[in-house]
This record gives sequence, C-alpha cells and structure tokens, in this order.
Amino acid sequence: MKSICFYFQVHQPYRLRTYRFFDIGANHQYYDEQQNRFIMRRVADKCYLPMNRLLLDMINEYGSAFKVSFSISGTALDQFQAYAPDVLDSFRALADTGNVEFLAETYAHALPSLKSTEEFIEQVGVHRKKIEELFGKTPTTFRNTELIYSDEIGEMVAEMGFKLMLTEGAKHVLGWKSPNYMYANAINPKLKLLLKNFRLSDDIAFRFSEQSWGDWPLTTEKFVGWLNEIDPREEVVNLFMDYETFGEHQWPETGIFEFMRALPARVFSHSDFTFNTPSELGEKLQPVSAIHVPYPISWADEERDLTAWLGNELQDEAFDKLYSIREKVKKCQDPEILRDWRYLQTSDHFYYMCTKWFSDGDVHKYFNPYGTPYEAFINYMNILSDFMIRLEQDTSSKD
Amino acid sequence: MFGWEFPPHISGGLGTACFGLTKGLMKHDVEVLFVVPKAYGDENQEAVRLINASDISIDFKDSKYEEYWRRITYMEIGSNLIPYVGPEEFKRMIEASEMEALSGEDAILSKNFEFSGKYGADLMDEVKRYALVASAVAATNDFDVIHAHDWLTYSAGIAAKSVSGKPLVVHMHATEFDRSGENVNQNVYDIERHGMEVADRVMAVSNLTRNIVIEKYGINPDKVFTVYNAVEPSDKPNLQYPRSVREKVVTFLGRVTFQKGPDYFVEAARKVLDKDSNVRFVMAGSGDMLNKIIKRIAELKMGERFHFAGFLKGDDVDRMFGLSDVFVMPSVSEPFGIVPLEAMRSNVPVVISKQSGVAEILVHALKVDFWDVDALADSIYGLLHYEGLSKMFKQYGKVEVDNLKWENAAIKVKEVYESVL
Repeated sequence: MKSICFYFQVHQPYRLRTYRFFDIGANHQYYDEQQNRFIMRRVADKCYLPMNRLLLDMINEYGSAFKVSFSISGTALDQFQAYAPDVLDSFRALADTGNVEFLAETYAHALPSLKSTEEFIEQVGVHRKKIEELFGKTPTTFRNTELIYSDEIGEMVAEMGFKLMLTEGAKHVLGWKSPNYMYANAINPKLKLLLKNFRLSDDIAFRFSEQSWGDWPLTTEKFVGWLNEIDPREEVVNLFMDYETFGEHQWPETGIFEFMRALPARVFSHSDFTFNTPSELGEKLQPVSAIHVPYPISWADEERDLTAWLGNELQDEAFDKLYSIREKVKKCQDPEILRDWRYLQTSDHFYYMCTKWFSDGDVHKYFNPYGTPYEAFINYMNILSDFMIRLEQDTSSKD
Repeated sequence: MFGWEFPPHISGGLGTACFGLTKGLMKHDVEVLFVVPKAYGDENQEAVRLINASDISIDFKDSKYEEYWRRITYMEIGSNLIPYVGPEEFKRMIEASEMEALSGEDAILSKNFEFSGKYGADLMDEVKRYALVASAVAATNDFDVIHAHDWLTYSAGIAAKSVSGKPLVVHMHATEFDRSGENVNQNVYDIERHGMEVADRVMAVSNLTRNIVIEKYGINPDKVFTVYNAVEPSDKPNLQYPRSVREKVVTFLGRVTFQKGPDYFVEAARKVLDKDSNVRFVMAGSGDMLNKIIKRIAELKMGERFHFAGFLKGDDVDRMFGLSDVFVMPSVSEPFGIVPLEAMRSNVPVVISKQSGVAEILVHALKVDFWDVDALADSIYGLLHYEGLSKMFKQYGKVEVDNLKWENAAIKVKEVYESVL
C-alpha cells in the first residue's frame, strides 16, 4: 500500500499600513486593519469556509480512509480570531474528526531558523501552545516557513523533540533520487523527512487552470493514472501546497473543488493508494537514506532557495536590523512589543523587498501590495525605526 | 510675462519664483499680465492678471497668423527633451501623451488647443502653440516690456516681440548645463541661445548663471544682469510642530537627481552616524536616482536612521522644516536654490554647496564643496552639536532671509526694464 500525504499551508501575514516618516515616534499602529480584515474575509468566503466544508464532508463520507494535514501560521490564527471566528470553528470541526493533523511551525511564519536558534525555538513553542489551545492537539510534525530546510535546521528541529519534518523535494538536492520515500536528516538520523513531490503538487496548485498546459484540463482519471505510473516500490506521494489554492488561486470556476471532491473515490477504485497524515507515515516508514542539504532550500521559485526573502541589500539590511534587537525585546515585559516584533518577522515583509521579480513571473506581483521593492523597504524601515524607539524607551524606563 | 507654471500648480522652484517676482513688482507699481499654458482657476491672482493660453482661440483665416507660424516653425525643435525627467515626469509624460489624441501640426493649428502645462512628451507642440498664442496676446494687449521665464517660453517671447516691437527680457532660472550636466540637449541649448541673442536684456539668477550665459552661450556681458531670487516671508505664523522623534533630524529636500547631489548627502550621513548614532536623516523628494540611493542606504546599513519622505508640497514642506535641525543642499550645480531660504525662514540652519547660486548671497550658511563629503559631514555634525553655532545661524539666518525680499529683487528687475524703455 502506498500513501498520499496532503499537507495544506494556511497563512496570512499582518499587512503593514502606509507608514510615513512623520509617523515615526508619533504613531505605533503598524497594521492595515481594514486591508487585513478585507482580505481575511475574502479568503474565508472563497477558500477557507467552502474548502473546510468540503473536507469535512469527505471525511464524514470516507471515515478514516481520508486524511489531510494543515500547518496554520500564528498570524493566520490571530486573524481568524479577530476577523473570522467562523473559520476557526470550521477548523475545529475538522480537528474533532481525528483525521486531520496539525503541524508545528514558527508562530509568525518567520525566518528565525536562519538567524537565531533561540528565537526559532521560542516561536515554535508559542505556536505549539496556540495549536493545543485552539484544537486540543499537540503537533508532533514540523514544517518550517516556506519549507526551508538544511542539515543544521533539521538538527535544531530534532533537538526540539520532533521526529518528522517536511521539506521540498528539490531537484538539485535529490539528484537522481525520488522524493517518494522517507529520508532522514544527515546530522541527526532520528529526524525523518518527507519531501514534497513538486511535480504532482504543482499540477494541482499551479497548473490546474493553465489552459496552455498540455495536460489541461486535469481530471481525477488523469491524476490517478499518473499516480499509478509511479514505481511500485516507492512509498509515498507528498502533495504539499498552499491551502489558498482552493478557491483563491484556482477559482471555483476552474473546477478545483469538484476535482478534490472526486479524487478519493477515484484513488480508492483505481489505485492501491491510501491517504495518510505525516505522523502516521513517520510511524510506518523507515528512511531509505540520509539526505545532504548543506545550504538551505525552500519551496519557492525555480531556484528553490532563499533569494525570495533574503540576499539583496534591502532584505539583508531589514532582516539584520530586526534581529539585532532581539536581546532588548526579550528583556522587555510589554506583550505588545513582543507581538509587534514577531509580526514584523513574517517572511512576507521580506518577500515584498525582493528585486528578482523584475525578471520573474507575475505570481509574485499578485501577492505584493507595494509598487516596488524600494517602497516596501522604506515603509518597513519606517515602522522598524518607530519600533526601535519604543523599545528604547521601554527598556530605559525599566532599568 | 510668459511663464510655464504658476502656484499652486508647480513642479519646482520656477513657478514659486515667478509668483514672488510678480508680487514684488506690484509693490513697485508694475502691472503684470501673466500668460500660462494652462490655468486651473485656483491660482493666486492678487498680483497678476492671469491669461490662460488654453482659452485663446485663434482665427487662422487671419493671414498674419500664417506669418507667425512660419516664423515659429523656423526654429524647429526636436523631440525627446524634457527639462526635468524623473519617474514622476515620465509618468506625466505618458499621461500627457495619452491625453492628446491629436498631435503635431494639425493639433497646434486647430482653433483651440488644450495645453497640459506640464513637461510632457508633446512639450514641443505645446511650446510652439504657446508661441502662437503669444502672438495673439501681444496683438491684443497693451504693455511695455515682454518678460519670458526659462527656455520653454522664449519662443513665445520672441513671437510677442516681433508682433509688438516691444523690448524683450529673458530670464535664465536654469541653463541646459544645470539640467543635463555635460549631456546638453542641443535643441534646448539653441533655443536658449537664440532667445538670449534676440533679447534686449538677459537676467540670470546668480553670478554663477551669468557666467555660464556669457561663457557657454557667448552672450554679450553688457546685457546680462544678475537678479537674485528671494523668498516670500511666510504668511503663516511660525507653527510649532510637535517633535515626534527624540533624535536630531537632518533634511535633504529636492529632486533626487544627479544635479542635486543626493549621493553626497548619503555618504555624509554615514560619516555623521559613525560619530553619533542619535541623528536621523530624511530625504524628501523623488527622482531618477531614488532607487539607487535606497539601495545604498541598505548597503551602508543605516536603514533605521535614514528615512524617505517622498515628494512633499505645501504644508508638508513646512512640517518637514519644523522637524528639522539642519537642512542640507549639496547641489552639484544649482543656478540659485531657493529651498535653503525657505529652510532658514523656518529657523533651520543650512549647509549649502559652494556650487549653488544662493551661496553668493548667503552669509549665515555653511558652505562646502559638494564633493567634499568630509567637510559636509563636519558641517552637519557641528550644527548638530555646537549649540552656539546653530543658535547663531538660526537667529541671524532668519533675519538675513527675511531681508531677501522679492520687493527688493523687483527693484532690480524694474531697473532692467527701465534700461530698455
């Protein structure tokens, strides 16, 4: 029996408002409340609510034969609580079925794994607690922001007590190897790794509605046919994607909901695949080998590297400044300071400063509220400057 | 008087200067008829009667216009020359060209012509049409002297002169060398030179500009006069803006283009911050060098100390000065430079480059070579830290600038007028 492993990423950043130089020191409201609420409501209505409903129906129909997993960032959870409690309820209903696994990640969908081990551990801890509080489950599988992974990051994750982690099946790392097996961390073999099958994942997430694609339109017959073409010795097909694929990136008119609705029946009737959660696979499968990832990989872009978030002057300056104040933030007792510092760590802010889209696709433009990376940088730095003033004032008053 | 812009619809210092000058002239009983390509209706007309060139319709059956037109087309002008091309101007350029479905000779010779009054891609069409309108205005109004501001209006001035036979004064607020460095646009240069040659008098906004006029355009020095710009005393009471940041603030305000030397400001900022991190730098303005500057700020790792305020106008400018402790104008080439005067008027000490026209008249300002980043940093640091110095500069600078009145500048202008009557 081979497994299909669905993992859906649910994330919304706290988008920043237009914050001018004149606001520095005078106004500490950083978030575009209206925009955040608007987008949350829109995505809730287009994706979260209908898709959660669909998954619940499918679980009710197939029982334990159909399972999925979610990773929901802390910033998304906070915004559910603030703007869309109905979405939270629908996730709770899914949690209660017992067929849904919730993964651990960094609270703010952030990048501390590249900068500060302490902050990394803390944010994962806070996120874990939040999941326990909301869903009554303790996550045992880890997925890092944007599936970022390296040998060292894996080692840290193992240290935190996780037995399993998800990452990208990057071609330049795998070489001739197949992503459809269980692997292990190169430093600490106790940490097992599930690798995204990016071809089949992206067939659903990106190519589904692309009419210029040779295999358009994608049907469950076709998809299950591809699954059956996989070498019989292989063990698992990891379908990892943004949850917003359903209804938001791929509109309902594309037939994406119908596709998902019909998929399990086709899998059951025409293949020997089962649906499993990551932690079930962690119990069931043994690693075929260690995988060596000396430099961090991610699931983004053709390069599968970090250049969407870090690497140009703007990103590095903002990122370094943000983490340079960690000690002070930790000393500070004000929960709002800590909250803002975490929200400012969200990877999206650095993504907006990326300059490589000048040549790259328009997927990125879709997600970017700023006209240019320069505007994103200015706005972010203005806010960070104000934040640093607040921090300075707070710690000095305490000493 | 022919001018391309008039407050509040301005893109730079030219409109402000024209407005100040007309107010000054009014105090000396000189009546001004001001012709702009496009009037919006909300211009301040206390000192002038504004003529909107877009409203003038021309009857081309009248054979004299044919004659004017021949004269204007004679000075054929190439395209692709825009006085201040930056991202904003470029955007306007696009918008302007989208707006104008008609262009070229047909449009110019139509009965009515809608001017954008901007610096768009069809600028040359507008310049020509404007000159045509000038002929009509000159033929139907009574006046003694024609005064044309900057090259965009020189063709109009010449046209008016040939129709009326009245003396022409052209006013050089900036030369093509200031705008373009050494990559001079030959067409613009030719218009400027032709205008000055035909003119009875040439006014330059500084000796710096006067020397360029004489040396690079070969104009007879005897007819070139320096008339310094001035600044209107603030009509608002000196408002106190609440200081939102504790650190001292050093400000650059102007177009972010090569000519204004923003890069020297950045390098000096890094040097000052190395000595004292309790300073914030602000760059207010936009232009084609902005992205390069932002990148450099990140490279120099001072993103949390160096801020960008975008293009400011109106009250935001006053507010910016209200928050500033030092104003810096490191221009590589600046015919005059009115912004430091505005800063001083708001009690802000200034550091200006020796390569600016305004340096010729200001006493209470620190002056450095634009390229001398060390001296620039040193001046900024001094004004920030030695209270005696900044106090003196604020106090005397304010008095000094309050005495640089347009009505005084207008006396000189009136003298120049009288010399040709």
